Amino acid sequence: MTDLHVELAGVTLKNPIVVASGTYGFGREYGQFYDLSKLGAICVKGLTLQRREGNPPPRIAETPAGILNSVGLQNPGVDEFIAKELPFLRQYDVKVIVNISGNTPEEYGQMCEKLSEAGVDLIEVNISCPNVKAGGLAYGTRPELAAEVTAVAKAHATAPVMVKLSPNVTDIVTIAKAVEDAGADALSLINTLLGMRIDLRTRRPVLKNNMGGLSGPAVFPVAVRMVYQVRQATRLPILGMGGVASGRDAAELMMAGADAVAVGTACFADAYAPVRTRDELARYLEENDLNARELTNTVRPW
Amino acid sequence: MPYQQDCTVLNLQALNSHTYELLLEAGGIAEEARPGQFVNVSCGEGRLLRRPISICETSAMQLRLVFEVRGAGTEWLSRRDIDDQVSVLGPLGRGFDAEDKRVLFIGGGIGVPPLLWAAEGAEHADAALGFARADRVILADDFSRVCTRALIATDDGSMGVHGTAMDAANRLLAEHTYDLICACGPKPLLKAAAEAAAKAGIPCQVSMEERMGCGVGACLVCAVPLRDKNGQVYYGHVCKDGPVFFAQEVVFDD
Ligand SMILES: Cc1cc2nc3c(=O)[nH]c(=O)nc-3n(C[C@H](O)[C@H](O)[C@H](O)COP(=O)(O)OP(=O)(O)OC[C@H]3O[C@@H](n4cnc5c(N)ncnc54)[C@H](O)[C@@H]3O)c2cc1C
Ligand SMILES: Cc1cc2nc3c(=O)[nH]c(=O)nc-3n(C[C@H](O)[C@H](O)[C@H](O)COP(=O)(O)O)c2cc1C
Ligand code: FES
Repeated sequence: MTDLHVELAGVTLKNPIVVASGTYGFGREYGQFYDLSKLGAICVKGLTLQRREGNPPPRIAETPAGILNSVGLQNPGVDEFIAKELPFLRQYDVKVIVNISGNTPEEYGQMCEKLSEAGVDLIEVNISCPNVKAGGLAYGTRPELAAEVTAVAKAHATAPVMVKLSPNVTDIVTIAKAVEDAGADALSLINTLLGMRIDLRTRRPVLKNNMGGLSGPAVFPVAVRMVYQVRQATRLPILGMGGVASGRDAAELMMAGADAVAVGTACFADAYAPVRTRDELARYLEENDLNARELTNTVRPW
Repeated sequence: MPYQQDCTVLNLQALNSHTYELLLEAGGIAEEARPGQFVNVSCGEGRLLRRPISICETSAMQLRLVFEVRGAGTEWLSRRDIDDQVSVLGPLGRGFDAEDKRVLFIGGGIGVPPLLWAAEGAEHADAALGFARADRVILADDFSRVCTRALIATDDGSMGVHGTAMDAANRLLAEHTYDLICACGPKPLLKAAAEAAAKAGIPCQVSMEERMGCGVGACLVCAVPLRDKNGQVYYGHVCKDGPVFFAQEVVFDD
């Protein structure tokens, strides 16, 4: 059998397939369909220090080969997660990645302390959410702010820190380097691309928030390009994501430079997408006589 | 427990110019379904999101869905052939609690089909069903079969009571007593049903709609404003906490 395990910031995942933050709740729902231990890691819904209600509905619009969402980080808060959701996830043999967003660098620091103490495997620092007004995207689009948040998170975390980059920038490499210099242990990319749809009849945006984040197959080529660029420019391990819907997509993103791959929006069409992607990737690796670690960054650019 | 399953089309039939009845071989989904729950149906290549459709009825591993063509997805679904496969996720959400109760069912338009199965299970069922015109009336025979009284109302008076489902419901409420009102249809109808129930001093369950992503409670896109016991407003989720809610929880005017 093909050796599927990979390393991400010193954390060993039994296979390279992760589920993307915000598309998979805290694992309970899709856990009704299959054993969560089949996944390499679960990245949970983005948490904030305090509970957040999120944006008014409608929060979703369908687009060609994708969706726009404007959930706006609805979540129960980090303490409630640690008390109620983390014990559930710990029943499974799967690594737990916790995605966090703060209004200030200090909030990121406080959450890193709490989550490290609670023993999560990896912290994903979201500096790229397009759906909240404060913090979020602002941190992700300015290198000096991205570096500051990273440094504060690192100073307060004992768990490894992965920083999630925004694609809504002119030069993702500058941000990636700033975050690397500030001490990040890994990078994840891409978050959603800011987009908009309008209902022709009412002339109203479909989303009540007017704009939202684009995900799904439509963004896949952007993800491949950005993972490739960041891999060329930094030494950090990469969790790649954006539109992955099959084992071939996962292989392509790994070739571009990803060490592991997250499946997100694809779950909505096929609840089994992460497991299917894992199996298809395993078959691809077997056919090519590779283990999972041998695929990363093997693209041969012209 | 929900399943994701390729279901065979057993029958597809037009009920009127844009409403269809779809009969699917659905195994475990049909077996586990409860009245008022829904399924999330894949509607063709290139449409990433499944379409939520309420379960009209089940029998012997079969799922009966009634849907209106609204856009490209439901249009695709209306063009299936017998023996085609359709991917279905379900059963999903929480349904009606009509069993062993005397219930008044209030439905408007395409909100009528999700009430049928609940009416079958009620100890006593009356129904007030509203449609735009006589040629839009659906499932009248089914409701006559399972209800003691089934009143039809049309906006233009071309059949039954001249007015809305609520006008028909008010006639029934004036003469009979019920333990529960179950309503499905446009929001103003749900709100009116909730107010009528409050006036009669009985509980009311309403089936809500919102645009969905996952359909299972994982993505949090299908938000609906609800009021908790302390009057605090928060966002619940139609696919998991609903689609059927007790009306006193729902914030209608947001
Ligand atoms: C819990 C629930 C139960 C439903 N039950 C029924 C039923 O039994 N029969 C029936 O005919 N219809 C039902 N609907 C409405 C049905 O889901 C929509 O008419 C359908 O999704 C439209 O898809 P479309 O591609 O034809 O339209 P489009 O307008 O092209 O769809 C575009 C997107 O918007 C979404 N959307 C559009 N209208 C609605 C809506 N009213 N509610 C939720 N999402 C919407 C679609 O799912 C799709 O993602 C139900 C909706 C919900 C939420
Ligand atoms: C409904 C929804 C909610 C999301 N919520 C979050 C979130 O809370 N935090 C975050 O970092 N990313 C969030 N994302 C972004 C995804 O994690 C992922 O980066 C993006 O969707 C691209 O991957 P995909 O195309 O496979 O979905 C969300 C995406 C979707 C569709
Ligand atoms: S549709 Fe995903 S939570 Fe309701």
